Amino acid sequence: MEELTTPGVLTSQLDAAVGWARKYSIFQYPFVTACCGMEYMATASSHYDMDRFGAGFPRFSPRQADVLFVVGTISHKMAPVLKRIYDQMTSPKWVVAFGVCTCTGGFYDDYSTVQGIDTIIPVDLYIPGCPPRPEAVLQGLMMLQEKIQKQGRTVAK
Amino acid sequence: MSGLRDALTKGFGDAVLSFEGEGRDQAALVKPEAARDVLRALKDSGFNMLVDLTAVDFSRYGQDLPPGVTATNPAPEGSRFRLTYRLMKLGATEGLVLGRLAVHCWIVDDRGPASVKDLWPNADWLEREIWDMFGVKFSDRPGIKRLLLYEEFVGHPLRKDYPINKRQPLIGPKDERPRERLTGADLRPRIVP
Ligand code: SF4
Repeated sequence: MEELTTPGVLTSQLDAAVGWARKYSIFQYPFVTACCGMEYMATASSHYDMDRFGAGFPRFSPRQADVLFVVGTISHKMAPVLKRIYDQMTSPKWVVAFGVCTCTGGFYDDYSTVQGIDTIIPVDLYIPGCPPRPEAVLQGLMMLQEKIQKQGRTVAK
Repeated sequence: MSGLRDALTKGFGDAVLSFEGEGRDQAALVKPEAARDVLRALKDSGFNMLVDLTAVDFSRYGQDLPPGVTATNPAPEGSRFRLTYRLMKLGATEGLVLGRLAVHCWIVDDRGPASVKDLWPNADWLEREIWDMFGVKFSDRPGIKRLLLYEEFVGHPLRKDYPINKRQPLIGPKDERPRERLTGADLRPRIVP
């Protein structure tokens, strides 16, 4: 009992608990603009079952969401909307770039497409693929969970 | 429908440079200064629908062709853009298409003909789109606004001399990013630590 009350031990345990709670209760905001949305739906529904990872509950208000899933091509005209949605989310928040269009612009190397959403908002996880397979999405989701667990209460955003 | 050919070539004389085709595949080539008058007459003769209004940039026509293929640029000297008005006679009571006509006109530099938005209201947006994408101005619309792109956009992207991967100042990246060749092994989720 003596050892447990020393400050160091208590902090690390709380961090672990916060990280654990956060990583298994990801409320996502799906920002779906294009064809990747189909693959997102496949991942979210019963066959692949994103709910196994505690991420099965999409919130359609950014104020209630923790993870912003940017799914699909972002055009220049959509960019201010995306930025605003990101700003409306409360911390801690994470951003997932779903599909090559959001990672780099993909094959839309043209006048109207944003060349990677990281030119507008910070991104935590890149999932390439056109569209990414559900397995890749789930792998990415687990990587994100690991990151959330490690961060604990120390999210500085 | 042969009456249409006569009506145009006789009624407008020099302003109608040519008239080709028959039936539903007719096309008239007119001078830009007379385009509005011709179109007004066509509207009065029953072409109640402007199906499309668009432009084509011929400045690179016939260049960069594969070996063995040749093409002569049809653009007259000093012209670069050709505008195309696609008209239709729609019989509203019968629900039938009663006639179709394409009106082409070659314009000098970027100076387009007079607007036809008072004849067909949808021409308003189509003319704005042509300004937006090709930078062609309509003589009586000096303050025309972009339709699809935003005000800060620099250039007109459907012109053939607009670089395909040019970046815009408002939304970066400032320079073109180097594109690495990726392999399958790179196509894995990547987390930012
Ligand atoms: S990455 Fe491919 S599938 Fe996804 S939005 Fe872009 S084009 Fe569509």
